[in-house]
Order: sequence, then structure tokens, then C-alpha cells
Amino acid sequence: MGEPELIPHLFRTEYRKIVSVLGKLFGIGQIEIAEDICSDTFLTAAQSWGINGLPPNPTAWLYRVAKNKAINYLRRERLFESKISPALRKDHAHFQEEDIDLSLQNINDSQLQMMFAICHPSISPESQVGLSLRLLCGFGIEEIAEAFLTNRETIYKRLLRAREKLREEKISIELPPPKEIHKRLEMVIMTIYLLFNEGYYSLSQNSTLRKDFCLEAMRLCYMLVENPSTNEPAVNALLALMCFHASRFEARESKSGEPVLYDEQDTSLWNADLISRGAYFLHCASNGDEISTYHLEANIAYWSTQKTDSREKWETVLELYDRLLQIKYSPVAALNRTFALYKVVGAPLAIQEAEKLNLTHNPFYFSLLGELYTNIDKDKAVENFQKALVLLSSDFGKQVIQRKLEKLGHLS
Amino acid sequence: MDEFMLIFRHEDGNKVASPEQIQIWMKQTMDWIGSISAKNKFIGGNGLLFQDARVVRHNNIVTNGPFGEIKETIGGYIMVKADTIEEAVAFAKGSPVLQGDGNTVEVRKIAQRDGIH
Repeated sequence: MGEPELIPHLFRTEYRKIVSVLGKLFGIGQIEIAEDICSDTFLTAAQSWGINGLPPNPTAWLYRVAKNKAINYLRRERLFESKISPALRKDHAHFQEEDIDLSLQNINDSQLQMMFAICHPSISPESQVGLSLRLLCGFGIEEIAEAFLTNRETIYKRLLRAREKLREEKISIELPPPKEIHKRLEMVIMTIYLLFNEGYYSLSQNSTLRKDFCLEAMRLCYMLVENPSTNEPAVNALLALMCFHASRFEARESKSGEPVLYDEQDTSLWNADLISRGAYFLHCASNGDEISTYHLEANIAYWSTQKTDSREKWETVLELYDRLLQIKYSPVAALNRTFALYKVVGAPLAIQEAEKLNLTHNPFYFSLLGELYTNIDKDKAVENFQKALVLLSSDFGKQVIQRKLEKLGHLS
Repeated sequence: MDEFMLIFRHEDGNKVASPEQIQIWMKQTMDWIGSISAKNKFIGGNGLLFQDARVVRHNNIVTNGPFGEIKETIGGYIMVKADTIEEAVAFAKGSPVLQGDGNTVEVRKIAQRDGIH
């Protein structure tokens, strides 16, 4: 890897590590200083490597420079405190320079602790996802804005408010006490789940970025699995869920970057390795009595990796959706349940159930009804597909419906 | 929107049906509840065990029970959201409990915590 590609690559892998270690050391109140020192380190790298060529060990170089910058900052601070303004003493922790420990162990510990600090109940889930992307995954403001289909300023302000909140609440960067871990972990894995979904279902055109979001979510989840104090069944279930979904990365997009519908995917492109890893983590997740929504969703996702249309499959999937909806209702789950019901009991009964859902603002409600009516009542099928068309916003979604209308002999 | 309790009264399934039959009922119940949940109208519910039941009466007299009229025993309940009693009744009509002759589902509106009830 040459210098031009190496710096962005290292930024992605090393920024988060340095920022976690420094952030942990400075405290959440000064997290921006940790971020500034990190960014500054990469800026120095870009300048120095451009002139002097790559150092023999770029990562070690980055750690050394970040450490020196942190030490310089601390010296200036101390000078300020002792000589210039003893009265304006800041209350941040006093520590020794040798505490700046960029060992693998401390990097991992700091990242895990940072995860709990960011996923704190006092800030909104949306901000948690934003901060995680920035501090735990090292994404730039630009990239985060692109994925959320918004502008830099919105993301910048959102992160600023979230940091302020963490400061106000005096959140410490540490693992919660053992008694609280289970409860706090719920929030952490929900954020990871949202982060993954942001990548998996984002409407952003940048597919590399979307895939990176998913891989980052999986990496964070894997860190939780690796640590005995956070290796809980729900964490394994979430990791299984993400493995199953991620197994279709290559198949769900054509060479030209167009999305490919599930039914039309080339199953030979499904990643068998990820599917079997998913199965492994799902097995680990069954260790205990707890059945979380992640368990149910992971089980459903497992069945999605089995393309056979067996009765057993759809009966099981229906039951899983029944249970999922009891714990956590969502329109998507309600629609998917109705699709599973159709596979089990046939279209006429499923239509009765579907029409009672009354999700008339949801385009997928109408496309499901169109689908169910297709072999029963062509006019009704066309009518429903046309309603879906009006509500859909993505071009791809519209194309899919257009194709279905054409198949029904209806040219719009 | 109001909340309603659907109370099932029926015989002890274990006495009248095979484990396979009970399995089928369970599945039907899951699908029935799933269909209410899919409308975002399900609140919660539970089954009540028939074994080891007691009734505490006036003067703290304890009897086994409540097995007076066997089909009148409460076997479980669910709570649902509905706009009208008719809507709640429509949910109740789908209950697999009603496959048993003599079984009932009682539909009752839950008192709001309005200081009156």
C-alpha cells in the first residue's frame, strides 16, 4: 500500500484507538482535545511522509507522535496552571506522562470503556450512533453526513451537543460496575444494531461506505464478545444477526452498483463463511434463558440464508415474527409477518389479515398487497402497486414496482 | 384508545388433549396473538397453570380450586388496545380457546387510572 492510500487506511484503523486512549486519560470533558491531537497527528503524518517518505513502522510512528503531542499539551497546561493562572486551576485528572499507554491491551480496554461512555442513556440514540461513528470507528464528519443523507453542519452540531451532554453529565470513561453491565449493555448493543442498519439499509449511493459501517458495527460487537464481562447471549445473537445479513453483501448489489432483490440474488455469491460464523454465534447465544429481540431477529435472518421454500421454514419464520411483534412492534415486522403468513396459509387468508394492518402511509404495505393479489385479482394488484408507486421515494423501489406492473400487462 | 382484557375460561388442556394437540393449540394461539401484535394492538398476557391452585375464602379458609364448574376456570388472559368494545370482541373471536364447546372469552374494559376506579 503506497502513501496516498495508507493514510486514510491508518486513519480508519488507528484514529479510534489513539482517541480512546487519550480520551480515557483526559476525561470525557476534554474529549475534543483528544480528537484534536489525533487529527493533528495525522496531519503531521501526511506532511512528513510526503516529504521524507514512509517510516519503517507507520503505526508505531503515529503512536509516538500522538504521545509526544499529548505530552506537549500536558506540559503547556501544567505551565499555565502553575505559573500563569493558579487561580484558574482546571479540575482534569493529573497523571504522569508515562501513563500514555498505547499497548494493545490498553487500547482494547479504552475502546470498550469509551463504548459504554458514548452509549450512555443520557444522550439520544441518534447522537450515540453519530458519536460512535466518529470516536469508535474513526469516520469523518463528511462521511457520517453522507450516510445520514444530511449535511456537515447538521452532523457537526449533533456531535457537539452530544459531547456537551456527556460533559454536563460528567460521564466517566469506564466499564459500569458488574451489577449494571447487563442493563447498560442493552443500550450499547442497540447502538451497534442501529449503526449496522444505518449501513445495511441506508439510501446513500456510496456502497463502500455503507459496507464499512456494517463491518465497523460487527467489529465493535466482536469486541464485546471477546471480553468475558460483556460476552452475553444477546451480544452473540446480535453478532449472529449481522453475520447472516452481511453474508449477502456481494449478492445484493450488481456490478454496476444497482441493488439486487433477494429473490433475484445469485446464491453462489452468498458468503458461506459468514453464514457458518453466524450459526456459531447463534449457538453461543442460546447459552442461557434469555430470548431477546436479537435472538428472534437472528433466527429469522438464519432462515433468510436458506433459500428453499419449505413449509417448515415459513411456519418457523411466522412464529418468530409472532414473538418478535409481541416484544417490539414495527411496521416492517408486521408486513414481514404477513408475508410469512401468506407462505403458510395462502394468499386469500393473508389478504384479509394484511388489509387489517391499515399501514396506508407505508409503500411496502401496498406493494405487499399488490404481491398477494397478483394471482387472485389483477385489477386490485395493479391498484395496490400504483399506490405503492406514489409513496415510494427511491428510484430503485419505483423500478421494482414498474417491473411488476409490466408483468401484469399494465404499462404505466 | 382503550385497553381491554380478554379472559379465557376453559378446561385444563392437559386433561382433555394429547401433548400433540396442545402443541397445535399453542401454535394457533401464537399466530392469533401475532396477528393482534401485527396491528400494534397487543399489550401483554399470560397463561395460568391449573396445578397447585388455591382459593382463599372468607375467614381465610383455603380450598383447592377454583374447580367448581370446570369450564369456568380462568386459564389465561391477554390485554389488547382497541378503539371500541366491538373491536376487542372481534379480536376475541379469533381465539383458539373458542374451538372448545363451552369455553368462553370474556371481554372487559380495563379501568383507566383516572382516580374514579
